[in-house]
Parts: sequence; C-alpha cells; structure tokens
Amino acid sequence: MTDITSAETAVSITVDGKKVTAKPGELLIDACERNGTYIPRFCHHSRMQPVGMCRMCLVEIDTGRGPALQPSCMIECSNEMVVDTQSKKTIKAQEGVLEFLLINHPLDCPICDKGGECPLQDQTMAFGPGESRFIEEKRTYRKPIPVNENVFLDRERCVLCDRCTRFADQVAGDSLIHFIDRGNKTQVNTYPDQPFSSYFSGNTVQICPVGALTAAPFRFKARPWDLTEVESTSTFDSVGNRISVQESRDRVLRFTGVDSDSVNWGWLTDKERFIFEAYSNENRLSGPLTTNEVAEGSQKHAVATSWSEAYEKFVKAINETTPERIAVIGGSRLTNEAQYIWSKIAKGIIGTDNVDAQLDDGFSPEVLLSLNPSTIDKTCKPGGVIILLGADPKEELGALYLRLRHAILQDQCKLIELTPTKTGLSQLATHSIRVPPGKTLEAVKALSGEPSELEDDILKELTKVEKIIKNNDSISVLLGRTSLAETSSIVEEGAIKLQEYLPKASFLPLLRRGNINGAIDMGLSPGLLPGRCDLEEGSDKLQNYWPTCPTHKGFKTKEMFEAATDGQIDVLILLAADPIMDFPDSQLVQEALDRIETVIAVDIFATDSVLQADIVLAAATATEIEGSFTNLEGRISPIRKSVTPPGTARPDWMIALDLVQYLAPNLGPSTFKELCEEISLVSGIHKDFDFSKVEQIDKEGVVLNRGKNKTQTSLIKIPKQKANSFRLVVTRSMYDKGVLSAHSSALKGLAPGSRIKANPKDMEKLGITSDSTVRLIGLKGEIQTRLTPDPETTRGTIHALWNQDGPDIRKLIDSSLPVNDLKIEKI
Amino acid sequence: MVESSLQTGYVKHAPGFVENEGPKLITSRFKHADSFTLDKYLSTGGYEGLKSSLNRSPGQVHDEVREASLLGRGGAGFPAGIKWGFPPEGVWPRYLVVNGDESEIGTYKDRLLMERDPHQLIEGVLIACYALGLSQAFLYVRGEMALAQERIALALDEAYEAGYIGKNILDTKFSVDVVMHWGAGAYIVGEETALIESLEGKRGMPRLKPPYFPAAIGLYGKPTIVNNVETLSNLPWILNNGASAYKGFGSESSPGTRMFAISGHVKRPGVYEVEHGVTTFRELFYGDNFCRGIRDDNELKMFIPGGGSAPWFFQEQLDLPLEASAVGAAGSMLGSGAMVVMDETTDAVKACLSVVRFFARESCGKCSPCREGTTWEEKILQRILDGDGRPSDIDLLLDIGDNISPGPYPAAAFSDEGLDAVPFPPSQTTICPLGPSSVAPIVSAIRRFRNEFDSLITRRDPIPLSLEVEKVVT
Repeated sequence: MTDITSAETAVSITVDGKKVTAKPGELLIDACERNGTYIPRFCHHSRMQPVGMCRMCLVEIDTGRGPALQPSCMIECSNEMVVDTQSKKTIKAQEGVLEFLLINHPLDCPICDKGGECPLQDQTMAFGPGESRFIEEKRTYRKPIPVNENVFLDRERCVLCDRCTRFADQVAGDSLIHFIDRGNKTQVNTYPDQPFSSYFSGNTVQICPVGALTAAPFRFKARPWDLTEVESTSTFDSVGNRISVQESRDRVLRFTGVDSDSVNWGWLTDKERFIFEAYSNENRLSGPLTTNEVAEGSQKHAVATSWSEAYEKFVKAINETTPERIAVIGGSRLTNEAQYIWSKIAKGIIGTDNVDAQLDDGFSPEVLLSLNPSTIDKTCKPGGVIILLGADPKEELGALYLRLRHAILQDQCKLIELTPTKTGLSQLATHSIRVPPGKTLEAVKALSGEPSELEDDILKELTKVEKIIKNNDSISVLLGRTSLAETSSIVEEGAIKLQEYLPKASFLPLLRRGNINGAIDMGLSPGLLPGRCDLEEGSDKLQNYWPTCPTHKGFKTKEMFEAATDGQIDVLILLAADPIMDFPDSQLVQEALDRIETVIAVDIFATDSVLQADIVLAAATATEIEGSFTNLEGRISPIRKSVTPPGTARPDWMIALDLVQYLAPNLGPSTFKELCEEISLVSGIHKDFDFSKVEQIDKEGVVLNRGKNKTQTSLIKIPKQKANSFRLVVTRSMYDKGVLSAHSSALKGLAPGSRIKANPKDMEKLGITSDSTVRLIGLKGEIQTRLTPDPETTRGTIHALWNQDGPDIRKLIDSSLPVNDLKIEKI
Repeated sequence: MVESSLQTGYVKHAPGFVENEGPKLITSRFKHADSFTLDKYLSTGGYEGLKSSLNRSPGQVHDEVREASLLGRGGAGFPAGIKWGFPPEGVWPRYLVVNGDESEIGTYKDRLLMERDPHQLIEGVLIACYALGLSQAFLYVRGEMALAQERIALALDEAYEAGYIGKNILDTKFSVDVVMHWGAGAYIVGEETALIESLEGKRGMPRLKPPYFPAAIGLYGKPTIVNNVETLSNLPWILNNGASAYKGFGSESSPGTRMFAISGHVKRPGVYEVEHGVTTFRELFYGDNFCRGIRDDNELKMFIPGGGSAPWFFQEQLDLPLEASAVGAAGSMLGSGAMVVMDETTDAVKACLSVVRFFARESCGKCSPCREGTTWEEKILQRILDGDGRPSDIDLLLDIGDNISPGPYPAAAFSDEGLDAVPFPPSQTTICPLGPSSVAPIVSAIRRFRNEFDSLITRRDPIPLSLEVEKVVT
C-alpha cells in the first residue's frame, strides 16, 4: 500500500504547511495518515468504500477557491491542494462532531468491553471537547440485543458509522443488518425475526469503532489493557490468515484479524475467530495415555501414563514389525518444523513410505506439482478471469471467498464456475455452469474445442466462456474437490487438461486442511521427500542426514486402509488425524482400525479415532507453539506461542525429537535450532529460508519458489449413470460436526444439520414429497431420510452436506468407486 | 387500473387554489371542476405543445426551452435548459425523474398541479423526454398525496389509451413509458439524490457528492435529469407560445410566472400564480388581488419567504421583489415558493420550535451533526418553553447551529439595529442542507426576538465545575 509513488503520476499536496506527495486518486485521509498526520475518523475504513457519514474527518481544504470544510474521507487528492488539519475552523468542527456523537452515548465505559481500545474514547481524548453541554435526557434502548448467536448489539453505544452495515453489504454480501427508523431514532438492526446469519459477522465486532457490537466469547472476559498479544497465523484453514492472538492469565481470550495486504485484509471467518474456545476446553488431552493391558478381551480402556513409558511402548510397537507394515496418516495440523521431523521419523528412521497427510479429500501431490503455481493476489488480479473447478470457497475457505468477492465486484474479475452445485459465488459469476458430477474433464474438453459428451445447453454456455478466456491474459484456476463422493481424479484430469490447453493459466489448490501445503512440502505424502522431490531424486541429498530412505512409493490413505483390512498394516500412527470422522468411507476405516494391532495417536482431543488408539500422545496446539505455517499459495508465515499447553501436553516437534532419541540415539537434530538448520540443508525449496528466524517475517509472509514437475495420470473410466439412479454429490459446509467446533461454545450450535436435497422435478417423478421418508441405497449401505426439494440441485443428483447431524451420509460412499450412484426407494 | 373518480362522481378538489386576476400560464384550468380529465384538457388546448414539439427536432425543442431561460422551481432555481445539457456524451440509457415529493413546510403548489392538471404535467414530461431523446420517465409522488396519486394514475391511463404515452406517440417514432411511483413519506426524499435512492428501492438517504449532479450518475448509475413538477408543467405553454412570449412575463433574469403558496395569518391564503421577479412581498400579502392583508388587520411580525429552511424576513423586507437573487442577497431564499406569514400574536419561540421539530423528525440520520444536533436543538427549545431554560441555552443553541452550519448564518438586515444582511446560502458540515435548515429559525428568532427567549428563561446557570483538562494530542 505504501509504495513509492512514481514521479510522473504523483500529486503534490500541502498538509499543515508541509509539502507531501500523494498517489493520484488517493483519499486525502489516507494520504495524510501515510505522511504522519492522523485525521480522526469513525466511518472511514480503508477496506471499504467511503460513506462520509460521521463527519469526524472534516478538515479545511483549499483547492484554489478558498478554504472550505470538507470530509477528508471523501476527497481525492488533487495537485496543489492545501489542507489545514489544525485550523480553528477544523478544530471547532471536529470538537462539534465529537460532542454530537457523545451526547446520546451512554458513557458506560467502565463496564464496556471496548473501554481501553475504543476509538471513540481515544479520539475524544485527542480531538474532543473537554466536557459536555448536554443536560437533556439521553436516548435509551434495550441493552444488548443479540443479532445472531455470537454478536450482541448495544444500540445506545452505537454512533451510526455504517461500518458494520457496509461490511455486511459490501464485503460479506450478507446485508442482513441495516438502518431502521430515521432522525435521532435511527438505529442498526436486523430484519424482524431474521438473525444476522453471516459466516463473517465477527468482523463487524472488530471494526466497530465503539462498544456497540461485542462478541459473546469475549464479553466481560478481560480488559483490553490486561491482554498480551502476539501476531500469529491462523492454522485453521489453508488460507493462513494473519491473526492477533490475545491472552490474559495464560488463557487465550480473543483472535482478531490482522490486515495483511496479500492474504486476508484483516477479515476472518467466525469459525476461525471463535475456534480458540476449543483450545482452552477442559476436555483437552493433558498427558499421554495407554490402554490398560489387564482387561484382555474386554473393551479398551485408556489410562494415564508417563511420557517415557508411552515412548517406550511406541518404540516397542515399531520394533515388533517391519517398516512396510507401518502407516502414518495426518499431519496437516502440525507446523512445518514438526512435519519435517515426523517425515524424517517415518521415512528416514523407520523407513516406511506409507505416509499421507490427506484423508482422500484432497488431490494427488504429483498433479499439484505439475500445475503453474498461483497466489491469491495473482488470482484476484484486476480484470482477470477466475475459473472455479470445484469446492465452494464460501463454505471451505471463507477469507479467500471475501477476496474473490472483492475481485469480482470491485476489480472487474470475471468468474467462470464449472461445478456440479451452486456455490456462494454463483450469483456473481459471469457464467455459472452446472457440470454434472463426474463430467469435469468433459467440460474442460469442450472448453478447449475438443468433442465432448455434454448436453447441448451446457456446450452452448461453454462456447461463450471460450470467448472470454481467449481474450484474457490473466487466467487463474481455483482447484477444489467438487464432491467428496467421487474420486479426486475427476477434477485432477480436468486440471491437467486445462493446463495443457492454457499453458499460461495458474492454479490455486483449494486444499482445505490447515497446513496441508506444508505437509506436502515436508514429504508427508507417499512418494515424496522434503522439498517436494521424489524418492529417487531426494535420497542422495538426504543420505548424510537420514539413516535410511524408502525406495518404493507407499500407500495413500485409502490404500492404507484397504491394505489394513487385508491384515497388511500392524502399526498406524495418526498425526492429529481423525479418519473415522473425516475419511469419506467410514465403514472401510472401522474395518481397518479393527484389524490394526497398534494405533498410535498424537492429538489434542479424544476424537472418535483417538478413542480407539492404544497409545495417545497429548500435543500442544497452535496458540501454544512456535513454528511456521505454509498456506495454499506456499506462503510461509510464523506461528507464535501465546499460552502454555495443558498438563504435560507437548508441542508436536518436541514429541518427535524425543522419539528420534528413542529410535535412533545420537542421531540429530536434538534442538529446535538444529531442526531448523537441517530443514534448510535437506530441502531444496527451503534452502534460502531460515526457520530459526521465522518470527522476524512480517505480516505478509514469504512465498516459496517451488519448482514444477511433469506428471501423467491414467485416465479413469466414469461409469455411465443408470436410468433412475441418482449420483451423489457431497460438499462441505462452513459449520459441521468437526471436533474443534464441537468444543467451542460459540460454534457448536451452528451446523445446519443434515439436509439431503434433490430436484423437485425428480421428486415429483418418483412421487415423493418433503414429508415422505425414503430409503437411499448405495453399493455398501443405505440410509433412511427425508429429501428436501431444491430447484438448484441438478436433476439426477442428490446433494448432501458432509459431516452433519442426522443420517450418516458416509454409509452411502464407497471409496473404491470413482462415483457413487444411489437408488431411491419410497417407504 | 385505478378506481376512477369519474365513475364515483368527482372528488371535491382539495383546498388551496384561489381564483384571482393576472396572467395564468400553468393554472389556467384550475377553476374547472373537471380540470383533471383528458376531455377537459383537450378542449382547453391540451397536448398542443406536444404536437408542436413533435413537428420540430429534439434539438430545436431543447433550444426553445434554453431560450426561455426556464428556471427550476424546486428551490435551487437552476436553469432547466442548461441542466438538460449535463448528461455526458454517449452514455445511455438516461432517465427523466419528476420530483413530486413536495414536503417543505408550507409548500403545496406541486400538489395542486398534480391534482388539478395532471395532463399538463404529463405533457411536460413528454416534451422533456422528446427533447432529451429519453424513452423512460419516472413520476415520484409524495406518499401522503393520495388524491394526486389517484388523478395522475387516472391521467396516465387515459393518456396511454389515447396514444399520448406508449409506443409511437401520435404515430411518430417517438415512444415513452411513464411510471408513477409513490414515496413512503420522507421529506429528505425531496433531495434529488435521496429521491433516486428511494426510487431504486433503497433507504432514502442523500448520496455522496461528487458526483455533484445526478445528470452524470443518477438512477441505476445512469445519467438522470431530475425536474420539479412546476418546471415541467411550464413546458406545454412555452412550446405552444414560444420562448419570446414566455419572456414577456416576469423580469429579465427570472422570466415567466411562479406559483407561490401562502399560508398563515393572511386573510386569503392560497396558491397564486405570480409574475416572476416583478411583484413584491408587500403586494402579495396586502394586495387585493392576492392575500388581502393580515388577519384582523394585525401587524406583520415575521414571515418565512421560501419554505421552512429559509431564514425569516420581517417588515423591513416586505418591499423586496419576488426574485431569487434579491432575496438571497437580503439573507434568505425564495426556495420552493412557500410563504408562511405570522402576525404580532405569534410566539417566536414556539414558531421556532415548530420548524426545528419538523427538521429533527425528518432528518434521515446519516450525518452526525444533523441527526444529533437537530434533536438537541428541539429538546433545548422545548425545555425553554417548559420554563426550565437557562441563560446559557441561547448561546448554546447558536453554537450547536454553528457546529451544523459553521460561520455566519444567513440572516435578514435590521436597519434600526444597524445589522447587515448575511447572504444565502449557508455553509454546512453535513452532506445535504437539511441539518443547516434547522438553524434558520433559530438564528432568525434569536437575532430578532432575543427578549422573548429571555423572558421565558427563569433558571440560573449552574456553577461550572469545569476542570481545566489539558488536551492530550496524539
């Protein structure tokens, strides 16, 4: 934002007698602030359009026609402009406005959560009149009213700056709060009986310049001056939003967004904002556990143990079997450093390549490595074309959705959607095309002019898209899973074809899980070693540091479970992974876990999978560790420690370093610093990166320069859909039964619940209504449910949400099939 | 279809019109009971102006209007012919919006024009559309004017049926659609950008300036001409009789006639069509042809010359001509032509409160000074009237006014006290002039009738408990 203005275009203005340069078109209030003159404001926010509502930023501006009071948040800098922010008239006007804002303000600062960090307090001190002349009765309203589950609105404190309402309308696109009434009774409110149901409502609390909007998780928890804050990275999803973690008495009390130009612009989703509640939940694992061995034959029963005993059991389990019978799943919640050392334990010390951080809900790393990399800024380049191949960014990566929305609405980007379901961006799309599930490759083929077996009306739309693509240089593809009930190859093939057709297009992978990109970089994926190189290429580089290295490519998660059901896996290590909850085919997982001898889990909660583990190692979580994070662009940013972990829970990297000493004594690294050094030495893509100085990186992070490989996938055959069958589409929604949400009081009630949708015309044909119970029959199982008619659902498909309360949709998914077709039977 | 008053028998005209002598350019049909019907309109020369326009090129029609120097009648008095030239080249579509949201205190001239001669307005709309090459016009009528809405709807139906509106008007290639929209009753929607917001279905709040004119970016982001009802009602006459005939009336700088709505303590209140710039206030209030003097032959105490937002005038200003520039220089405005006359029995403080209360209630709530300041003023005035006033309240009222409208506020001259006039318009800390308007009655009343305020004030100021706090500068 603060780039040096080039000499040709810069305009010269005079602020308080000092000549300064401004960018053409820059708002005066921003230009003044950049040059060290702060003009008070309430309604102005640099990430939203000016509204000129509070009138606090009035200053005397002379553009050649004599000085006049004008709001600096609405005036663009022009050459030779003379501004006086200290004139008598300016000061009188500013004092006057502050007096107006304060006359009806309750001045309940002593009991207000904003007190101490309140722009109204601060600016009153600096720019306001000393005392009030108002002796009439103040305006009163009912004290805070909930506008949704987590946000409370105190209309007495509100100064009607239009920030929250503008955010809801312009930024989030959920204009569910608005001004009602007029004159002195003007107030912000929701529509009657309609809550402010927005995934982004917490941002309004963050930008409120007074204490009118407060968030339930922080209300009355601490005074701002008692908080200690560190700047960190949200590890919750793969966007890697910059956050400020604020703690008091060793307890995290609040996350707020940090305005990073290249990532989140200060915004967070409510899920990321309130997830910290889970971290301090009393049900956190606080020490290692093992199953007691007395109860032979009966149910497993976990008992607390010591770390050394747990480590010894771990080593014993490893030593009792052979490397290829050991599998490691998970790792996306770990820091880069922990991921590397776990990668070393699995591949370099134990010697197994059965390591996968993805739970069959992502993409093959080989495919990702063959595509041109992209960044969020590159994707949102003004005037460019964005192609969405799958996943709904609004549901999966909220902060990215806000950036995309801005790019489309403000920066003239064109969005082309090729998805089987409607997404949160559909109504903004230039072309929103419903590609039937499994037909992504066909759609891409049609786009590149090849014959395709799609229906005519879709082909017609696609020819229009072709024209848009041809006339644009900046094309970015958002690559996500269209459905969890189909194999990833369907989208992967489409992506590879698209890259062939558009060699200049760049791809942003929408892998959702926290640090999944770091996990792939560090080799937590079959066939890959740290630095994203394959087994052959990497083994030379590693031989000085790693005692061994696998020679054959190991199993993917799905293959591991399949192998386990055949009795080929003895030890399974779960690195903060919960396959029972997260793997699409739940029956396969249960069968596999029943056969595996020893399950070892490293986690923070006793998840369904952890409950079946024999050894549980309690880990620390994102607010309790130092380290680094790699987001979906390959941007590394620091994670900072704020509080101490519960009990004896330890950071993942520390657990791993301990295990190195148990498994291969005298083999390094033994300290965090050595660990950081070793990564830079062995990983090609990290060779210029000093992990031990990661906390010095600023809020923009550092984007890694990653190479590109060639890849080929074998074409899979998608079976033709039988008449009277329905293809299952399963997508994620923002809120689900996930373990962290379940342990956060702010989030646990928000999941929409199972709503299995079908096209009303299909339902009519089958003679079913929304009241009739039907049996959905898949190849492996069936469920009984009601169907919700939804005209947006493509005909011939059933659309269900992942991981919700209600009938378990996973019973219908057979992960050995490329797509899952269902039969519907009326009961 | 609107239920027709023709079928149910004529609804009696709403009051307001007074028959008198003098040139009648736009109120000539007012005297007829069926003035609003198409039949009557056609039999009294209706739609001739449109026919005459269609025989000329749009440019010629525009030139005729420019030549006539027709001034906008909404309040600002901007020449309509020049306003029509503002839309940027090559940006289409464009719209015409008729501002019929007349709601200034004391104004009811547009209501009469819409109730008694809706076809004349429609003809004016059509002429404007033809001159500007537009094919879509919107008629925004104030929510409370039920009779006007009914009669316009009826007139639109008749005109559509008779082929004056719609496709290929009078068998030419000229096609126009006219849509009537009625407001929900907000004074601020009379401000043209707020009117456009309201027409778009949003909350009626003034838009940010720049762009200063909707002619550049208006309705749905397109160039939009917003004209007042009276302005457009003048067009049929001008096109029928020519610009030079039009300039035969009124003064050189303000040609034609104007409608003035006079209410208050006069013997014959009503709407009068008056030659622009020639007549004086005295003639209007005391002339036999007009209001015929103050009630009970009382003395005039003060009068509002141009709607509630105008600073008050007194006896000294009675001989000013009814012309925008002269009134502006004398410290007030002619505005929308609404005059409220108050005689010597009037309580200046109550009159002041009454006007201030109007603005406090009609503030849209957007700008802090207006939203908070107007209500504060209202509360102080009410407190003074309730007998709880303090001596410092008068300075406080003036200072609140100064924070809404900084600098010397427009006011009339008092020759006997040696006070000079402060010319109109005032400066403002708000987006639109609504907030500053509330200052007009306060400054006028305190400047002239401070003794009346003083006599109401019974309490003493409290002893100040002020701590001299040094300001913290960040």
